[in-house]
Amino acid sequence: MTTSPSEASTVIEVRADSDVVRVRQSVRDFAMAAKLSLVDQTKLVTAASELARNTLVYGGGGEARVRILERTGVAGVEVVFADEGPGIPDVDLALTDGWTSGGGLGLGLSGTRRLVDDFELDTAAGEGTRISIVKWRR
Amino acid sequence: MERIPILRIGNMLLVSIQVDLQDHTALMLQDDLSNRIVETGAKGVLIDISALEIVDSFIGRMISTTAAVSRVLDAETVVVGMQPAVAITLVELGLTLSGVRTALDVDRGIRLLSRGIDDRARGGDVIRDDYLAE
Ligand SMILES: Nc1ncnc2c1ncn2[C@@H]1O[C@H](COP(=O)(O)OP(=O)(O)OP(=O)(O)O)[C@@H](O)[C@H]1O
Ligand SMILES: [Mg+2]
Repeated sequence: MTTSPSEASTVIEVRADSDVVRVRQSVRDFAMAAKLSLVDQTKLVTAASELARNTLVYGGGGEARVRILERTGVAGVEVVFADEGPGIPDVDLALTDGWTSGGGLGLGLSGTRRLVDDFELDTAAGEGTRISIVKWRR
Repeated sequence: MERIPILRIGNMLLVSIQVDLQDHTALMLQDDLSNRIVETGAKGVLIDISALEIVDSFIGRMISTTAAVSRVLDAETVVVGMQPAVAITLVELGLTLSGVRTALDVDRGIRLLSRGIDDRARGGDVIRDDYLAE
């Protein structure tokens, strides 16, 4: 399977509350451009909102990269979140519904994985976290 | 700083969220609502989210907490106008909004609240479920 990016791509710094809103708006724009259905747009924007907040709160800030993907004629939207925070020590635990190290509901990561088509998580203690999500057009 | 206005109508408080909520704005609304319930002695809180394009775990938690706090302060909360795409996403995310009353639109929400308030005024202490079946 080959994925080739189109030239359209945006990087958003995630350093404050207002950046989480900016990520949501940008992901919405890309999802509309890729002609995702309204429900799929809503799922992707919600997933991005969760991950942007995690990047800010746990990752100590970072960036979100949004772009359109093209796979054998099918369009999709990819959002990659990257931070250089503490990393996630136990990924399985972090992906468990209801598990939180803070005061959250512990639904961000596990719920996000359900909302998107592709979900990839790379993390290393002390080096940071990189999470990539994709929603394809149906 | 952005602040969501809270309207008072009789013994109800009405909030219509018309902006993409930043986290601190959501927290401020939660505090403001609790304070206004105490100040006004309101018995019902209606939150219109028909303009919200997403509800994520943070906003969901704000709504649940507001409902729980208002209950302790002797007021009922009803959330109205959730878009279908938002409802579908919320369920898949895993948020149940348990303990939060919902209605399809503002009219129905107000009716639900007024009946609950009348009922409690007559001595019942909860909104009875048979009032919910329309
Ligand atoms: N970018 C990150 N860097 C370091 N730790 C992270 C990162 N993202 C998530 N985590 C860890 O994974 C846990 C689970 O995250 P998740 O988003 O599922 O829940 P939460 O943020 O605690 O609560 P919720 O998102 O439901 O409000 C977090 O509590 C945190 O410990
Ligand atoms: Mg989270």
